Amino acid sequence: MIVDKLQQLGQHSIAKVQGIGRATIMLFGALVAWPTPRKSFPLLLKQLYVVGVLSLLIILVSGLFIGMVLALQGYTVLSKFGAEQMLGPLVALSLLRELGPVVTALLFAGRAGSALTAEIGLMKATEQLSGMEMMAVDPLRRIIAPRFWAGVISMPLLALIFTAVGILGGHLVGVDWLGVDGGGYWSAMQANVDFQQDILNGVIKSVVFALIVTWIALHKGFDAVPTSEGISQATTQTVVTSSLAVLGFDFILTAVMFGG
Amino acid sequence: MSDILVDIQHLTFKRGDRVIYDDMSMQFQRGKVTAIMGPSGIGKTTLLRLIGGQLKPEQGKILINGQDIPQLNRKDLYKARQKMSMLFQSGAMFSDMSVYDNVAFPIREHTRLPEEIIRLMVLMKLEAVGLRGARDLMPAELSGGMARRAALARAIALDPQLIMYDEPFAGQDPISMGVIVRLIRSLNNALGLTSVVVSHDVNEVMSIADYVYVVAEQKVIGQGTPDELRAHPSALVQQFLQGQSDGPVPFHFKAASYSAELMELAK
Repeated sequence: MIVDKLQQLGQHSIAKVQGIGRATIMLFGALVAWPTPRKSFPLLLKQLYVVGVLSLLIILVSGLFIGMVLALQGYTVLSKFGAEQMLGPLVALSLLRELGPVVTALLFAGRAGSALTAEIGLMKATEQLSGMEMMAVDPLRRIIAPRFWAGVISMPLLALIFTAVGILGGHLVGVDWLGVDGGGYWSAMQANVDFQQDILNGVIKSVVFALIVTWIALHKGFDAVPTSEGISQATTQTVVTSSLAVLGFDFILTAVMFGG
Repeated sequence: MSDILVDIQHLTFKRGDRVIYDDMSMQFQRGKVTAIMGPSGIGKTTLLRLIGGQLKPEQGKILINGQDIPQLNRKDLYKARQKMSMLFQSGAMFSDMSVYDNVAFPIREHTRLPEEIIRLMVLMKLEAVGLRGARDLMPAELSGGMARRAALARAIALDPQLIMYDEPFAGQDPISMGVIVRLIRSLNNALGLTSVVVSHDVNEVMSIADYVYVVAEQKVIGQGTPDELRAHPSALVQQFLQGQSDGPVPFHFKAASYSAELMELAK
């Protein structure tokens, strides 16, 4: 009984390690190549549109609401201590350090990550990837590479947009609705937000999350069992695995950046 | 230049513990249509993937123009693939591109020709398969037979030496089937191709093939011109060609004794 369980655990671990190995080989094959700007640039541009621009709406709306909620919640607590003027730094720091990168990554996994997995899984199921390979065109470089770079470039930008819109949302609720002093909102923010400590660390976080989410999404699609059930599983796994990975890495990065 | 374009020598291939091919050899003559027939599930598609270098055999050589495909490095393999093409069962059209762009895809990828010349080439290929009028349609708008013809136009876009057809007749209505049979033969002759057709549609294959291999039980069980095969002494070959439900390949899947199992229920 215990031996069986141990065996299962072992098999499971070996399968996981093999999966990571396959994912690494896939990424290596996609990225290690002579750059060919004439061919790759138009492909990258198209993917930046699909992955980045089309995710803008959900990022804008979520950012606005999260900023508004932060201001509302923050105001009720801060006003108890007469510290309403600290609302600006509260909203800005929460968004820059945590919510901007993390929520953007979670939304990105749901919006763009799942779409990438389903698209590549279906390409595999309909033999488009095999067909490309037989036409002497490497699908890793033609399909995977532009999508990977598009994810890595667009997600940090989306996180910055999310944060900026969130701060405006906080202003809308805090200053325009609840009557916090507008000058105080901005000046306290300016005084308390440090470029390197807060903004740069937030950007580093979102770059790391972008790498993780895009890599997981592409690998799950590329490795999917080419059936309708396999693709649906792969899509779910993309969202679940990348969300958990983002939260786990967020803790590690926060501990390293702000822990000591 | 030797008469043989593809020379498969002593090929052994396994999937896990299951042996798919055991020490199998076959040759495809240049300029001819060679067919590979056999029951479903014996790995006919696998054979095409082995020739295309997408799978590696356990043992044996697959020589194309004297180059051993499994031994090639990535760069040489991709170079070798430029001279061959494969028509997949599903067509494998890129669903995000129009028929025109699908056919232009390999030309744009492998050459630096100006768009006007590409246009001429694409229109010529589409005309050859009778789909010049469908060039602006998306793959999802094509019927199964049309999709396969469009994929055929793409497969011949760069005038390959070798073209491999994976079950080209499967799931086609009689008219599309007739069209594809005609296209395989006429393209082979007009473009000087070497064609390999993998199929289990006996009548269609026998009508166009110059040479036929029948594969079963991990090896070649019969080979020859269609006429030679019809007179083949092997009972298994005859069962396959005539589509008999029982014979060396039994109708019943392996099972315990029928009467014993029924009696068990009665107890």
